[in-house]
Amino acid sequence: MRFEKQFFLAILGLMTGIFAFLPLYSTDGFAENTQAQEKKTSPLKTFEIIDTIQSKSIPKSLTGKRGNAKRGESLIITRSKGNCLACHLVRDFEKKAKQDPNRYGDMGEIGPNLDGVASRYEPGELRLLLVDAKQFFPETIMPAFYRIKELHRVGGAFKNKPVLNAQEIEDVLSFLLTLK
Amino acid sequence: MLLKYFSCCLMMVLSLAWGGISGTISEAKAGDGREKSAVPLDDNNPLRNLWSGYYYAKPETKTMQLDDFDNPGMLYVEEGAELWKSKPVTQAGKENKSCASCHNNPQVSMKQAGARYPVYNPDLKRMINLEQRINLCRTRFQKAPAYKYESRELLSLTAFVRNQSLGVPVRVKIDGPAKPFFEKGKAYYYKRRGQLDMGCNHCHENNYGKYIRSNLLSQGQANGFPTYRLKWQGLGSLHRRFKGCNQQVRAKPFALGADEYVNLELYLNWRGSGLEVETPAVRN
Repeated sequence: MRFEKQFFLAILGLMTGIFAFLPLYSTDGFAENTQAQEKKTSPLKTFEIIDTIQSKSIPKSLTGKRGNAKRGESLIITRSKGNCLACHLVRDFEKKAKQDPNRYGDMGEIGPNLDGVASRYEPGELRLLLVDAKQFFPETIMPAFYRIKELHRVGGAFKNKPVLNAQEIEDVLSFLLTLK
Repeated sequence: MLLKYFSCCLMMVLSLAWGGISGTISEAKAGDGREKSAVPLDDNNPLRNLWSGYYYAKPETKTMQLDDFDNPGMLYVEEGAELWKSKPVTQAGKENKSCASCHNNPQVSMKQAGARYPVYNPDLKRMINLEQRINLCRTRFQKAPAYKYESRELLSLTAFVRNQSLGVPVRVKIDGPAKPFFEKGKAYYYKRRGQLDMGCNHCHENNYGKYIRSNLLSQGQANGFPTYRLKWQGLGSLHRRFKGCNQQVRAKPFALGADEYVNLELYLNWRGSGLEVETPAVRN
């Protein structure tokens, strides 16, 4: 090949290479592309938070279905799942704790008592509190049960997984709604 | 008449019984000098009152710690005393110095050491804790291989050295070259981490004294380490406890002896400056 042609092809190749890989380094440009990628790769269901002056809530079910309150109760007492009793007390469980102290006993006192919680909050607000309580109370100790973003140094087995999946959130919510 | 006599006797018996029963429950009562509490040395400490982990332990655990013969950690301290005098032998068969060769009587030379670490090391240009200082001496002056972190030998020697400071108030230096490392330790303390997204402060600053399930949260002080934990059924270092705490919030822990943990150790010892060294403490 003639020298000029070689040179021209080399420059063309270089520019193609640069433009092909540019989206990777672009922080803001090609936004549609990166958002579409994120939507495909994120394992969490999308949900909408309604933020008014008086309240903040997720009015719609995460799965589109209603949850099962009995399953919700089991998730609340199970240490490897919700482990809610680590911090919260449910007065109805105190009777059960006498027969089954290992599962229902020794309830924690870090968070508020859950009795009557369905009278204090709307279902949508409760759903938001379960999904990410920090949206309500930024300084809270309560973990976000349906979030995987902006978490620091998550341990291997728990990476990219929320504490509870979407249906489990709905199940816990269904149980909480029985606490009037 | 008889009724009066009978009721009088009954009252005497009941009061004796009550006195006898309550006397046998030996609890450290408030103000009896065994509560292990202190006022922070530094006014900038966010804690108004310092309570050692001893304060949150059950009465049986407290009693175990106070008795040198009952305290399981003291077995490690005795091993440490032997290691203090032992001279490591090289492959060529040459005997090298022991700790005692340079430091003589540990009750004098090591009296303040346990209450001052971690310190800034100008050669390594970072903070080092007591375990790392012992290994520095071993490699540099005793010409012996360093002990593995959390090995029985290193735990025993560290517990022995820190035990020489028993009762001395913790006081670490955080100014001068130590300052940037102190700030790093402080940043670590308050950073949310893990899937459960919690920082040390959420339990140990905001909720100490409350129950999380059946565990009573303490202030997370370091003055009793290396500590005999009933859960471990053995003596363990502060960094081992850090790893456990990280795992409990589902965060990836750091390695034993990591810079992050040494900086956090410095910060924690500042938070506990004023509390007395209790090594080897007994905790749950």
